[in-house]
Amino acid sequence: MKEIYLDNNATTRCYPQVVEVMLPYFSEKYGNASSMHTFGGENRRVIDAARLQVASLVNAAYADEIIFTSCATESNDSVLFSAAEAFPDKKHIITSAVEHPAVLEPCRVLESRGWRVDYIRVDENGRFDIEELKNVIDDQTALVSVMWANNETGTIFPIKEIAQIAHAHGALFHTDAVQAIGKVPVDVQAAGVDMLSLSAHKFHGPKGVGALYVRRGVRFVPYLVGGHQEKARRAGTENVPYIVGIGKAAELAQKRLANGVTNQIAALRDRLEQGIVAQIPDVKINGDVHNRVPNTTNISFGYVEGESILMYLNDFGICASSGSACTSGSLEPSHVLRAMKVPFEFAHGSIRFSLSDENTQADIDTVLKELPPIIARLRKISPFSKENA
Amino acid sequence: MWDYTDKVMDHFKNPRNVGSIPNADGTGQVGSLICGDALRLTIKVNKETEVIEDAKFETFGCASAIASSSMLTEMAKGKTLDEAAQITNQDIADALGNLPAEKMHCSVMGMEALDAAIKSYRQGGKPVVFEQQEEKVVCRCFNVSEEAIIKAVRLNHLTTVEDVTHFTKAGGACGRCKGEIQKILDKVNGAKAEEKSAQKPFSELTIVEKIKAVEKVLEEEIRPKLNMDGGSAELVDLAGNTVKIRLVGMCSGCMNAQATIKNFIEKTLQEKIDPSVTVEQA
Repeated sequence: MKEIYLDNNATTRCYPQVVEVMLPYFSEKYGNASSMHTFGGENRRVIDAARLQVASLVNAAYADEIIFTSCATESNDSVLFSAAEAFPDKKHIITSAVEHPAVLEPCRVLESRGWRVDYIRVDENGRFDIEELKNVIDDQTALVSVMWANNETGTIFPIKEIAQIAHAHGALFHTDAVQAIGKVPVDVQAAGVDMLSLSAHKFHGPKGVGALYVRRGVRFVPYLVGGHQEKARRAGTENVPYIVGIGKAAELAQKRLANGVTNQIAALRDRLEQGIVAQIPDVKINGDVHNRVPNTTNISFGYVEGESILMYLNDFGICASSGSACTSGSLEPSHVLRAMKVPFEFAHGSIRFSLSDENTQADIDTVLKELPPIIARLRKISPFSKENA
Repeated sequence: MWDYTDKVMDHFKNPRNVGSIPNADGTGQVGSLICGDALRLTIKVNKETEVIEDAKFETFGCASAIASSSMLTEMAKGKTLDEAAQITNQDIADALGNLPAEKMHCSVMGMEALDAAIKSYRQGGKPVVFEQQEEKVVCRCFNVSEEAIIKAVRLNHLTTVEDVTHFTKAGGACGRCKGEIQKILDKVNGAKAEEKSAQKPFSELTIVEKIKAVEKVLEEEIRPKLNMDGGSAELVDLAGNTVKIRLVGMCSGCMNAQATIKNFIEKTLQEKIDPSVTVEQA
């Protein structure tokens, strides 16, 4: 059975063109980029070329503002702990309530070390509360860290405006742009971003490599120490094949953005969403439908539970994900949906479909054919749906 | 992805006894939409023999919740009420060829629904919502009582807070009750609850305790920050609640030395040790 892969916010297929350029750097050109011999030293140039490709994707002014990391989690952790180290005289960080755990968890660690952290709320459509930001920010704020786009709903935040407010109070601004890269144009200079995290496997690159943009002149204390690599900002032997991979993936992502592929993805996403709304009663679209990344829709099916839906979809090779409690191994539904105050009868039955340019209309039509009977079947078992019938 | 057995998948995909018995002799309900899973069980009982002749369920929940409910109805049918009352969550899990640890609470829900349905029959058929019998609720998020936790710990030989969460959900949301769950575990498992000695005020510490307390904060909180500017700080002397500190390295000749002493070092020591601590520059 062919998979219908609609879980691209979880991870994407590493494009064959990307794998192809990575392969020589495992067993043939395996030298250490720091070596004094040509065999290894040549890989320095390869890394610099990849740095340029990633810098170009986010429109960094200088290639050396890009630091390669192992993943976006490492990038985010580095930013949070760097800010705490670099600003010992400040004691305040601002983030949002709907960040990825890779930002929320280091914030909680810093709280335990005496830092004050404010988690800015979102409204019922997942929109950032800019007024609350203005109220809580002060001259003690070292860092404002807000995601570019939300991973669960795709909602895009007003990054430029948030950055301006941060800078007006002398705070640095970081954004976790993992879910925006390759989906919408990301321009660090136009947006006034000081630091930005990204991850290759979210835009058809390999897993295990990410990057951190740090604008020149921004105070930065390294997270990994023990080597001069990446200008001593991230120690550890450079992962040459993966860095080559993220470079190629960045180049391809930039091309896709330029030639309008994202509009086609949005059209398929809308077809899926409208089809579901037309066929299935008691559904609710989560997120800001007027301002979200083109590939994501988050839909709640009232009175049924998300994991059960996914298990049935799985029978048809349809891959999606859920914000229900049962799928995460935790017992509460997604913190993003709870922050949006999605009612419990809908929060437990949320399904996220996230598309890529590899999806076809036939994929979408298969979902539209198979999903309605699944929901009907589960509602028949549910003790709640009849109460509302 | 959960590692569900074929039995679980079979009962999830082909649930037995779905629905609601009209004019049921007993109706048990457990869980709610808020919790993320809920089960409504109806039973038909032979008044002479007290044998459960039929059982039907309606469940809102994940695959293992639906499978546990389905299996429960199969197990209850044909048993007398007394026999059925002996069914434990482990029996349900065993019949399904086991459940992932994180999903054991689904089988607990089955056991509770059956308890409630039997109670409902005994009380004349009015639906009974399963309630924790003890008034003392430990986990407020999921409404789990001390009694339910003790029962789960005893029945399933649980040893960690995480185990308790997997079986009862207690502690799975805000986590505020985890300390209390640990105490229950300690009590049931015969362990002695560790008694944390209350922190004594600074003035009551011995001179050695004072030095150790100050050194600890200097080392963990203060020096790393000063080190970033090429400086450091040393403890020189102690008298009563007054701590004498010497700034060294780049900090020694710094124009902001007094501010460092008062706004940073003194403030940190007050936060970490005792608000009565004062710091003087040596």
